Amino acid sequence: MSTTAVHSLWTTAAVEPLNKIPAPHIEYTQLSPVLIVVGAAIVSVLLEAFVPRKGRYVAQVFLSVLALAAAFAAVVALAAGGYGTTKAQIAAMGAIAVDGPALFLQGTILLASIVAIFTFAERRLDPADHGHKVDSFAAEAAAVPGSEQEKAAVKAGFTTTEVFPLALFAIAGMLVFPAANDLLTLFVALEVFSLPLYLLCAVARRKRLMSQEAAVKYFLLGAFSSAFLLFGIALLYGYAGSVSYATIARVVDGAVVSVNPALADTMGNDVLLLIGFAMVLTGLLFKVGAVPFHMWTPDVYQGAPTPVTGFMAAATKVAAFGALLRLLYVVLPGLTWDWRPVMWGVAIATMLGGAIVAITQTDIKRLLAYSSIAHAGFLLAGVIAATPDGISSVLFYLGAYSFVTIGAFAVVTLVRDAGGEATHLSKWAGLGRRSPLVAAVFAVFLLAFAGIPLTSGFSGKFAVFKAAADGGAGALVVVGVLSSAIAAFFYIRVIVLMFFSEPKADGPTVAVPSALTTLTITAGVVVTLVLGVAPQYFLDLANQASVFVR
Amino acid sequence: MENLIALLVGAPLLGAAVLLCGGRRLDKSGHWLGTLLAAVSFVIGLALFADMLGRSADDRAMYQRLYTWIPVEGFQADIAFQLDQLSMTFVLLISGVGTLIHVYSIGYMEHDERRRRFFGYLNLFVAAMLLLVLADNYLLLYFGWEGVGLASYLLIGFWQHKPSAATAAKKAFIVNRVGDMGLSIAIMIMFTTFGTFTFGPVLASTGEASQGTLTAIGLMLLLAACGKSAQVPLQSWLGDAMEGPTPVSALIHAATMVTAGVYLIVRSADIFNAAPDAQLVVTIVGAVTLLFGAIVGCAKDDIKKALAGSTMSQIGYMILAAGLGPIGYVFAIMHLVTHGFFKAGLFLGAGSVMHGMNDEVDMRKYGGLRKYMPVTFVTFGLGYLAIIGFPGLSGFFSKDKIIEAAFAKGGTEGWILGAVTLLGAAITAYYMTRVMLMTFFGEKRWENDPDGNPPHPHESPKSMTIPMILLAVGSVAAGAYFEFAGFVEWLEPVTGFAHGHSPLSAATVTAATVAVMVIGVGLAYLQYGRRPVPVVAPRGSLLTRAARRDLLQDDFNHAVFVTGGTHVTRSLVYVDHTLVDGVVNGTAAAVGGLSGRLRKLQNGYARTYAVSMFGGTAVLIAATLLMRAV
Repeated sequence: MSTTAVHSLWTTAAVEPLNKIPAPHIEYTQLSPVLIVVGAAIVSVLLEAFVPRKGRYVAQVFLSVLALAAAFAAVVALAAGGYGTTKAQIAAMGAIAVDGPALFLQGTILLASIVAIFTFAERRLDPADHGHKVDSFAAEAAAVPGSEQEKAAVKAGFTTTEVFPLALFAIAGMLVFPAANDLLTLFVALEVFSLPLYLLCAVARRKRLMSQEAAVKYFLLGAFSSAFLLFGIALLYGYAGSVSYATIARVVDGAVVSVNPALADTMGNDVLLLIGFAMVLTGLLFKVGAVPFHMWTPDVYQGAPTPVTGFMAAATKVAAFGALLRLLYVVLPGLTWDWRPVMWGVAIATMLGGAIVAITQTDIKRLLAYSSIAHAGFLLAGVIAATPDGISSVLFYLGAYSFVTIGAFAVVTLVRDAGGEATHLSKWAGLGRRSPLVAAVFAVFLLAFAGIPLTSGFSGKFAVFKAAADGGAGALVVVGVLSSAIAAFFYIRVIVLMFFSEPKADGPTVAVPSALTTLTITAGVVVTLVLGVAPQYFLDLANQASVFVR
Repeated sequence: MENLIALLVGAPLLGAAVLLCGGRRLDKSGHWLGTLLAAVSFVIGLALFADMLGRSADDRAMYQRLYTWIPVEGFQADIAFQLDQLSMTFVLLISGVGTLIHVYSIGYMEHDERRRRFFGYLNLFVAAMLLLVLADNYLLLYFGWEGVGLASYLLIGFWQHKPSAATAAKKAFIVNRVGDMGLSIAIMIMFTTFGTFTFGPVLASTGEASQGTLTAIGLMLLLAACGKSAQVPLQSWLGDAMEGPTPVSALIHAATMVTAGVYLIVRSADIFNAAPDAQLVVTIVGAVTLLFGAIVGCAKDDIKKALAGSTMSQIGYMILAAGLGPIGYVFAIMHLVTHGFFKAGLFLGAGSVMHGMNDEVDMRKYGGLRKYMPVTFVTFGLGYLAIIGFPGLSGFFSKDKIIEAAFAKGGTEGWILGAVTLLGAAITAYYMTRVMLMTFFGEKRWENDPDGNPPHPHESPKSMTIPMILLAVGSVAAGAYFEFAGFVEWLEPVTGFAHGHSPLSAATVTAATVAVMVIGVGLAYLQYGRRPVPVVAPRGSLLTRAARRDLLQDDFNHAVFVTGGTHVTRSLVYVDHTLVDGVVNGTAAAVGGLSGRLRKLQNGYARTYAVSMFGGTAVLIAATLLMRAV
């Protein structure tokens, strides 16, 4: 770089008056779903500060559900207004895309969040402690487990209503994540939804040490993965001279718009592109729980309060797959031949790894964690299709899977003994004789996980496998079907255990939940069966929503 | 008029639905409803027949399409009917004889507490049988084919409290499955060859298929016919089927269902015409069965089983005629109809005898019944004369034509087939005379029933005798009516007809037929009329003993299929247990072991997890770069 060039850079900058920086133009209407949730989260924090302790629970639950419902209504209104198809656009100065996949996934996240919030608000499962109703969360999260301070908090009937603002912030981040249209927004969204989740994992009322351990592990590994992501972003910036998806895509295609003089040495260097891509991919694969970035999943799923596990397993997966789809389809379509083989390997390892290790699990929450890993693998198969059908099948699968997951974890919260939830599988023996309805509902969810026809699991799996096969990934489908067969073993094993084993004398009791959890489980069953029996409408919806704006 | 065709099937189907679902409240009236709806079918059949007669010979076929049954791209199956002269003949036979037998059953089943159900099954049978003959495609025909199989199963095992009846029903069902498989394979070959299974297109395009394909279709259709029509080698179920109530034996196992095989072959005439090898096999099956059934019929002491042997033998005549091609199709159907009359009449007569003899079936314990049951004696006697081919009665006309056609086949084949049919006629005369003599003549050999009550033979009620009389009229007059009213011209547009060139003149054949009939009657008279009939059957010759055991058919089936099948099953079970289970369990153990190992990687330390991520990222980067390098 010549000295004159440097000089002129300086002089140009000096001549430009500061007030020429244009004020960002924000499309409030198109961004309303996110804005409503962020606004509600802020109000929610204020509620914590100003509403008396007694009234906080009601106020928080009311506000959260209302905000989420309003945000969902906004999504529906946007979709009805054509923002998912013809009027798809990039809003907020190129930071956020408003298009079909974004709206579809935001809608899915919001619906899943509403039913998840119901399980957050459940206060009937445990008997009242010192005359106060208790939920799944610690009386005072900051108190050392087993300390006098904790006992005092329990006695005073404290509850951690902070989970609601935390959840709202997490949801806000998740809404932005699949819509992010530049790498920085992507990163910010990731952190916005990850940090509250780390905290939420730590606040279990029972088994608090395990919960805290899970949170620390999640935080450490999450930070580690964020570092990879951020480094990857830096490398991609170095390659393209921009963090905007559109610009990167153009540079990848060879159409260099303008060379940033400061980056003249690095721009267009494919090594930067490939390494940067792999590192960004690491960050996203960590969030979806793909092998070998999955190891946090079982520990965190097991340790976190079960309502949080359900929320996290469903909503995080939706958001992360949304971001992954956008990265692969919008930013790097020119790189398809580079990323496909790598993703093949990841998908195969994820499907087989999840299914195989799940076989020997003895804890129902860990079992569901490995199951979610296997499902991440099936979803990756759809992503790899690299066709519009691939997008729509993944969208559909995510919608179907979220409800099954939240429903299944909600059922887990019901089966309890003296130590809280009875998650060891041996405790579930003979549940079908004691509580036929609960066992039957759980069996429906397990069958859906296994992909048995007439459940949403079958429709979803069929859609992604078909897309993968049509997209030239036939071998992947074979591995997927084999993994499904392995996975069917442990799902069916639980059903056999519930219905064909003698109940144990000291077996768990099934708590009678309030209307909230009942609603969550009912929604899960209904969606599972409707998407299984009559999936066409929703497949069409996913199909219409499968075009990314560039 | 076409729109009435569906009602032919619909009326008895409605009856079956109402009677089987209606419950006890229909116990008192159900049999009337069933009979009425069968009669409705018959009346509609007559109306359609009148309409058909009013048209020119080329314009008689009627079609009705209800709806598309299986609407799959490239695989269209319609619920559609075709009513031509051939179907019309069957419709009248099925609904006419069917109605008479419904009436007969009102009296015969009077004391059975499950009579409503019986009539439901009978209606189901009539509906399925009409569907079979009215279908305009092979798939719908198959539906009816299975329907009559089901009805037959239900009715043979109607007295399911008797283990023998339950076993017989099962046997009929299983043996029929073998034949049904033939039909389904034939339909599959048709579909792959012609792309359709509708009669019109399939039969019109036989020229496009290879000889081998047509022979295969023909042989598979023959297999189906063998099962349903109790032809060798699938004949074994018919004798046992006599465990069913006698009206069932008369309607299903004599007059109608067992002739479905003949219908199938005649309906598929174009296929057989183009496949001479298949045709030859058809004639062989017919010839073998007609002798087989006749020999079995000679040895049976059970009146119904003797008649069952006779049925088998007479259907053998029809199959043989159908195998002769255009010179025989019309006569096969003609014999089928006349046989429907006289054989149904004979069975009803046998039922009437049993009704009066405490349900005794052993003819050695009858004797001298003509004085006690005059109406039964006369009607049975007319049926007897008809079946042995007494000049002027219906069997004479129809059987004589078949014998003529057999000779007209020409060459050595013609001589052999002619001789066989003549021999069959002689044996027919012999065993039927035997039945007649043992039942109605000679001294009384009656025995008390197990409770010690002596039999009080008496004439049956009107509801039973009137159908017998009407059928006797048919037995007497049907042959002459067909002969002089032009049955050949009636059926020719559908089945085609060719005059054979017999090496013997018609008069010679007729004379020979009458001669062998007289010989058969004479032999039987010498053996059973002149000498007293022993109450306990004599040991008999080797052939007699074999014939009593149905010529060892069950022993053969047991030795070859049951024993052989058991061995095959056992070997397969062994392979399944060792090889298949070994592979499956081995895989499961391997996966389980792998799972146990991989699980240990998940040791709970965040550092291990971080290393895994680090390694994973390194591999991702390396792989991505490597892909580009390659």
